[in-house]
Amino acid sequence: MPSTAGSRLLENYRPPFDATAVRKLRESGAIVVGKTNLDEFGMGSTTEGSAYQVTANPWDLSRVPGGSSGGSAAAVSARQCMVALGSDTGGSVRQPASFCGVVGLKPTYGRVSRYGLVAYASSLDVIGCFGSSVADSGILLGAISGHDKFDATSSKRDIPDYASQFVAIDYLESKPLKGLRVGVIRETLEDGVDSEVISSVRDAVSHLEQLGCTATEVSLPSFSLGLPAYYILASSESSSNLSRYDGVRYGNQVFGDELNSLYGDSRAQGFGSEVKMRILMGTYALSAGYYDAYYKRAQQVRTIIRNSFKEALDNNDILISPAAPTVAYKIGEKKNDPLAMYAGDIMTVNVNLAGLPALVLPCGFVEGGPAGLPVGFQLIGAAFSEEKLLKIGHIFEQTLPGCSFVPPIVADE
Amino acid sequence: MALTLFKGLKSNCFRWYPSVYVARKHGVLYCSMRNAQGQTATTQEKQHTKLKASSKKESGKLEEILKNYEAVIGIETHVQLSTQTKAFCSCPYNYGAQPNTSICPICMGLPGALPVLNSKVIGYAVKLGLALNCKLSLNSKFDRKQYFYPDLPKGYQISQFDIPIATGGYLDVDLPVEFGGGHRKFGITRVDLNRAGVPLLEIVSEPDMRTGIEAAEYAAELQRLVRYLGVSNGNMQEGSLRCDVNISIRPIGQLEFGTKVEIKNLNSFSSVSRAIDFEISRQVLLHSQGQADHIVQETRLWEEGAQKTVTMRKKEGLSDYRYFPEPDLPGVTLTNEYINEIRDSLPELPEMKRRRYEKLGLSMQDVLFLTNDINVAAYFAATIATGADVKLAANWIMGDIAAYMKNEKLSIDDIKLTPKELGELIASIKAGTISGKIGKEILFELMAKGGTVEGIIKEKDLVQIVDPTEIEKIIDRVLVNNPKQLEQYRGGKTKLQGYFAGQVMKETKGKANPGLLNRILLEKLNAKS
Repeated sequence: MPSTAGSRLLENYRPPFDATAVRKLRESGAIVVGKTNLDEFGMGSTTEGSAYQVTANPWDLSRVPGGSSGGSAAAVSARQCMVALGSDTGGSVRQPASFCGVVGLKPTYGRVSRYGLVAYASSLDVIGCFGSSVADSGILLGAISGHDKFDATSSKRDIPDYASQFVAIDYLESKPLKGLRVGVIRETLEDGVDSEVISSVRDAVSHLEQLGCTATEVSLPSFSLGLPAYYILASSESSSNLSRYDGVRYGNQVFGDELNSLYGDSRAQGFGSEVKMRILMGTYALSAGYYDAYYKRAQQVRTIIRNSFKEALDNNDILISPAAPTVAYKIGEKKNDPLAMYAGDIMTVNVNLAGLPALVLPCGFVEGGPAGLPVGFQLIGAAFSEEKLLKIGHIFEQTLPGCSFVPPIVADE
Repeated sequence: MALTLFKGLKSNCFRWYPSVYVARKHGVLYCSMRNAQGQTATTQEKQHTKLKASSKKESGKLEEILKNYEAVIGIETHVQLSTQTKAFCSCPYNYGAQPNTSICPICMGLPGALPVLNSKVIGYAVKLGLALNCKLSLNSKFDRKQYFYPDLPKGYQISQFDIPIATGGYLDVDLPVEFGGGHRKFGITRVDLNRAGVPLLEIVSEPDMRTGIEAAEYAAELQRLVRYLGVSNGNMQEGSLRCDVNISIRPIGQLEFGTKVEIKNLNSFSSVSRAIDFEISRQVLLHSQGQADHIVQETRLWEEGAQKTVTMRKKEGLSDYRYFPEPDLPGVTLTNEYINEIRDSLPELPEMKRRRYEKLGLSMQDVLFLTNDINVAAYFAATIATGADVKLAANWIMGDIAAYMKNEKLSIDDIKLTPKELGELIASIKAGTISGKIGKEILFELMAKGGTVEGIIKEKDLVQIVDPTEIEKIIDRVLVNNPKQLEQYRGGKTKLQGYFAGQVMKETKGKANPGLLNRILLEKLNAKS
C-alpha cells in the first residue's frame, strides 16, 4: 500500500515493511481498509495541507475535520471504519477527534512503537487511536502497545488489559468515580477560548462531579509557553527528519548543474509551503548563534512544563481542558493565517511536551452546521495512566445524557 | 623489515629533530614484524619530492632553518569497530561486500525506520576509553550532525557532540631506538561514538606531537591498542583506521599556535610521517621567507605519488552542522559496575607488556619488536611459556624467524613452527643435544614444513656427539689420515687447526660438539708425539 504522508515527495512510495503498530493489528486479525489523508508530514491542523485532497468534516462538509490526522477522524466519524490510527505530535489526533465528534486517544510517549511512523518530530510523535467509542479506542490501544526492539524509545512496561476495565452501565455504582480528584486547568478556560466551548467543558466537569469526582481549579502558569516552545522544537526536529527527502531517493528529482541545486530544486518542488516554512524555522532555530536562544531555551521551557504537569498530577488524578479553543471552522478560514492555526494547538501541545497520555471525548455541541458541531474535552493523566483515563472516559460516555455523536450524513442514511 | 631497521642503526646522523632531510635519508620504520600486507611495516621508499630534490647544500640550509621552528601536531583518528553488525541495525558489516547487499530499511533511512544502538559499540568504546586512560562519562548522548551528501541517506550522521563518552586521557608511546628512542605521553582529548552507520569511534589527541615520527608512532600505538583490545582490525588500507593530522608551525619560543592545516588521505604510518615532514618544511619555508600569510587554514591532501600535500579545500568559515540531541535514541548511561567489569576484562596492553618485557632484561629494541605486533607478542609469550630462555627466544624470533618471514612474505601465524617447538629447539641447543648450527638448519625445516624437533633429530640422526672418547677417536683418525698437514701444523702453521676441525665435522656430519672438539683437538695437536 502506498504511503505518501500527504506529500508529493512520497507520491509513489511503497514502504517495504509494515509499521510495528500495523503489524500488531494485522496479527490481531484486524483488516486494514486503507490509509487516510493528512496534512503533509503531519504539519497542520486542518488537513488542508495535504498535497492531494481536502478532507471535509462529516458534521458539515464546508468545514475542516481538523488535523493533521483529519482523514482518520473523518473516516471514523463517518463510520467508514471501526477505528483508525493517527499520529499526534502536537494534538493531531485529539484536535480532529474533537472537531469530528469521535474519541481520540494520545498514549504516553513510548507506549506505542514509532517504528514505521513517518517522522515529524521524533521526541513528540506518538501513534494515537480514533474510535467512535472509548471501548473501541481502548481495544485498539491494547493491540498496538508495547516495547519494540526496533524503537529504542519504546517502553518496556507491561501492557494492562485496557478492555477489562470497562464496566457496563447496568453495573455501575451510583457514584462510580467517587474520590477521583479532577483538576480543571484554569489557563485553558480563559480569554481566547470560544465561550460555548468553555460552557460545554464546564458542563462536562459538572457531569464528572455528579459521578462522584471532586473538581478543583488548577493553575499551570507555564501553559502559554507551550505553544512557542512546541513550534521551535517540532520545527527543529522536522527540519532534520525531512532532510532525507533530498531528491536522491524519493520524489521527482530535479536535475541540476551541481549537487546543491539538485537538492534545493527537488525539495522546492516537492514540499508544500507549510512544510517549507517549518523546515526554515527549524533550520534557523538550530543554526550556530541561534541555538541557545531558540532550541536550548525551548528545551528549558519543556522541562518547566513537564515539571508543572507533574506537580499538578501529584495533587490530582486527572487534569481537564478543552481539546481545542474552537469547534471546526470553515475550510479556507485559516489557510492564509498560519499563526491563527498554530494558536488553535494551545490545548494539546503541552501534553506532547510533557509526554503524557490524554483522552479526548465528545461532550457537547455548539450551534453550527446542519446538526450542530461537536465539542471535545481533554482528560490528561500521569505517564502510563491510559488505563485510568479509559475507565473514566468509558463511564463518562455511557452516562452523558442526551448525546449522540453520529453525524447527520450517517444518521440519515 | 628487521634487516632494514638495523641498517638504519648503523648510520650516525640521527638527530633529535628529524627533519625532512633526515627522515628521507633513512627508512622510517615502525618496528614490527608484519609483512608487506601489514600496516605497521612501512618502509620508506626513496621518492623524490620537490622539496627534497634540492641540492645537498640547500637541504643543509633548510635543516638550519627548521631548527628555529617547532611543529604542533594533533591527530583525529577514526577507528572502525569490528562489530558483527552495523551500529544501529542488525545488518552484517563486511569489508569488501557487494554494494547494497547488506542493507535494511534502518540503514537506508527509509521513512519511519528508527536506529537502535548495538550495545557492543558501547562496550568497545568503554574498552578503548579505559585503555587510553580516559575519564568515562556516566551519562553521554547522541547528537545529529546534519549536512547533505549523497552517501548520507538521512541527511545527518548520528554522532556525539558536546558530551563524548570518554575524555581527558593519554597514550604512552615508546619511540623507535633508531630515532633517538625515548618515551612520550600524548594527551587524548576525547573518544566519541562517531558517524555510526558502520560503527566508528573518533579519538582526538591533544596537540602534543612535534615531529612526523612522533605522530606516526602515536598512530602505530593506537593501532596496536585497538588490535590488542580486539575492537578493530586497525587496517589502514581498508580504512578501518584513518588519521587526519592537524599541523601548524611556530618559531621556537613562541607560545601561540600558528595557522592550522589539516592533512587527509594518509593511508599508512609512513605517509603520516612523510606528509608531516613535508608540511613542516613547506610551512617553515613560507614562514622564513616572510610569507606566513600564505599558510592558510585549509584541508590538504597527501599525494602519495608526488610525495607532497596539495590543497583540497579552503575552509570558508566553520561549517554549521546544526547539532542537536538525537531524539530517536535514549542517552547512554554507564554504571560503575559495567565499567569495572570491562576494566577487569582488559587484556595486557602494549604499554604494560613493554614495561614487563623490559623487566625481563630485554633491550628496548627487542621490546619494541616483540610487542609491536600482537601476533608476534603472542608467539613470543607462548615460546617463553615453554620455559625457553627469554633472550634466546627473542633472538631467534627477531633473527632467523623474522628474516624467513620477510623473505617468504609470511606473517608469524603463517609459519609452521609452533612456539612449543621453538621452545624445544632452544632447550635442545642449551642441553647440548644438538649444536647451534644444526639448530638453525632444523629451524628452517620446521618453519617450512612443521613437525617436531625431536622427530627431525631422530629422523636425520642429528644428535650431537658429546662423548669425549668418541670425539677423540675421530680426531685420532683424522690426524692419522692427514700426516702432511699435521707436520705443517707442528712446524708452526697453527692456522691449520681450522682445517682439522673441519675434517672432524665432515666425518661427524656436523654433529660433534664444537667446544669438546676444539679442546680435544688442541690437546692432540699440541701433544708431543
